[in-house]
Amino acid sequence: MTSTTTVSPRALTWARRRQSFQRSWAAYRGQRTGMWGLVLLGAIVVIALAAPVLIDESALSVTRATGERMAPPSAGYPLGTDETGRSILALTVWGSRLSLLIGLTATVVAIVIGTAVGVTSGHIGGWYGWVALRLSDWFMVLPSLVVAIALLAVLGRSMATTITVIALVSWPGTTRLVRAQTLTVQSRPYLERAKALGAGHWHQMTKHILPNVLPLVLASATLLVPSAILMESSLAWLGLGDPGVVSWGSILNRASENGAVSAHAWWYLLPPGIAILVVVLAFMMCGRALEAVFNPRLRGESS
Amino acid sequence: MTDPLPPADGASTEAPSAGRAARAVERRSSTGFGRYLLKHVSGAAVSLLLVLFSSFFIFRLIAGDPIDQLTKERPVSPEQRAAMRAELGLDRPLWQQFWDYITGTLTMDLGESFQYRRPIFDLIVERLPATLLLSGTGMVLAVLLGFWIGTRSGWKQGSRFDKGQVATGLVLYSAPTFWLGMIVILVFARYLGLFPVNGMRSPSTPPDFWSQAVDIGHHLVLPVLTYTAVVYAGYLMIMRSSILDEIGSDYLTTARAKGLRDDEVRQKHAVPNALLPTVTLVFLALGSVVNGSIVTETVFSWPGLGTLFVNAIFYPDRPVLQALFVLFSSSTIVAVLCAEILYWFIDPRIRRS
Repeated sequence: MTSTTTVSPRALTWARRRQSFQRSWAAYRGQRTGMWGLVLLGAIVVIALAAPVLIDESALSVTRATGERMAPPSAGYPLGTDETGRSILALTVWGSRLSLLIGLTATVVAIVIGTAVGVTSGHIGGWYGWVALRLSDWFMVLPSLVVAIALLAVLGRSMATTITVIALVSWPGTTRLVRAQTLTVQSRPYLERAKALGAGHWHQMTKHILPNVLPLVLASATLLVPSAILMESSLAWLGLGDPGVVSWGSILNRASENGAVSAHAWWYLLPPGIAILVVVLAFMMCGRALEAVFNPRLRGESS
Repeated sequence: MTDPLPPADGASTEAPSAGRAARAVERRSSTGFGRYLLKHVSGAAVSLLLVLFSSFFIFRLIAGDPIDQLTKERPVSPEQRAAMRAELGLDRPLWQQFWDYITGTLTMDLGESFQYRRPIFDLIVERLPATLLLSGTGMVLAVLLGFWIGTRSGWKQGSRFDKGQVATGLVLYSAPTFWLGMIVILVFARYLGLFPVNGMRSPSTPPDFWSQAVDIGHHLVLPVLTYTAVVYAGYLMIMRSSILDEIGSDYLTTARAKGLRDDEVRQKHAVPNALLPTVTLVFLALGSVVNGSIVTETVFSWPGLGTLFVNAIFYPDRPVLQALFVLFSSSTIVAVLCAEILYWFIDPRIRRS
């Protein structure tokens, strides 16, 4: 054995992965809307992370509100105030943290469940695979907003229940995608080779199937986040959000409860709504670009 | 889609001696359809049963004691509680309650609303037309608009029109429905005063048919506008990609070689083929006509099933929530079943497998 010239298989794998990542990145960079989405998203994440530095948390307190009630934009309050005299700008900036956090966490939970069920049901198959497929089909057919509302009405309003409920209605899409991809990978000769060499189920799933499935999962996750954020905002607006926190949906809930529309308080309605729109749009731009990179069927399309 | 496909392709052109073979093909294909139908109908039946199970589980077991919800914080004596339990059938064993619930739901006896003290079935019948009017109109508009723009967008892929339409569609698709509704109310009802702020009827309208119809139509404009604006982009993107799939096909080159104008090639050759994969999608959308306008109805206080559902959350009116949960879920399940059956007639590939 000449140990000086051999490269460990691990290093080889990583070199290969780095290469394919660079290839994908080069393809992504070619997508103009995707790059714009990324820039937009970066800016929003920076604002959300820097919120405590930019605006003191006391600006969210109802009792220590300093402004006039429901006042239009002025020098001290560039985006006006709400019905208790808090700055809408401060609320919107702080709201970004919760909206992003809930959207991202719910997506991560949904993706983990969806991938786990998808890979195992595709790989193991049989009775278990059939049940998993039927169950995900069933969940997919159910109207997601209706299920989310019903569950939240019953489970009570908190951040944890909101995340759970959104994750629960969003996992089946990933499961179907991952399962289909698993079945494709499964039929490739290299998996047969791995099996012949004595690879167990765990090894096959984690070392061979998962790396092949993950890029597609990433693309679909990027498109799941915007729908999670939209769903969170709808639920919060309906009054089913955590009453103790400020998210864009909950700001708009207060706006409609306190008659912002009849008071013509456009400054109260526009900032949180536009914030939701921009974040959702940014994620969709990135997601569509990623899909074009990773999904070979779409690669011919230029947009 | 008016005339269904003939049972056996080309049977009429075959010689009499091949008649038996043709009949055999026919028989096989009909049993194939029978099996296909049975498979999907039984699948849908299991799904519906699962909905009934889960609604019982969610609303009876997780939700806690309905008596607590019904009496709220009012002090109630134990005797009164017991009487209420007996009246609602809650003193009986759980399996019996479940059985009553299942048979009740299947015979359209959905119980009585806590809030309105009326049979839920009557409430649903009363409010269904308003929902169907709003989301039915919105859905038809969204499909027509989406398909129309999607066809032209895909046909001229990469043009200024295409880019502009895709961008507009995506922006509207990203807007939260409730927010768009609020902005629409603010602009068109509050500032410009062109349309009513909410509701479906004005109390001052004369009761004759035409005045009522005009009044409802007037109230309908803003909700339908909101609903369509958010939904149409989905149809736009699907139609666009469907056209893109067809655009390089040989039959289009042939059509052009025949000397057809570009419009004719598009309308007579590309569009019918591109529509095929989207037909089932439209059918699926029909399921959401019943439950798809919850948010829109709430913004505009539209007296439909959506507002009934949302109001029931906060009362809380558990029987109404439960009944609507079952109704909304089963409407999508039935719509999916219809789409699957339709698929058999549209896509011959299913028949071969």
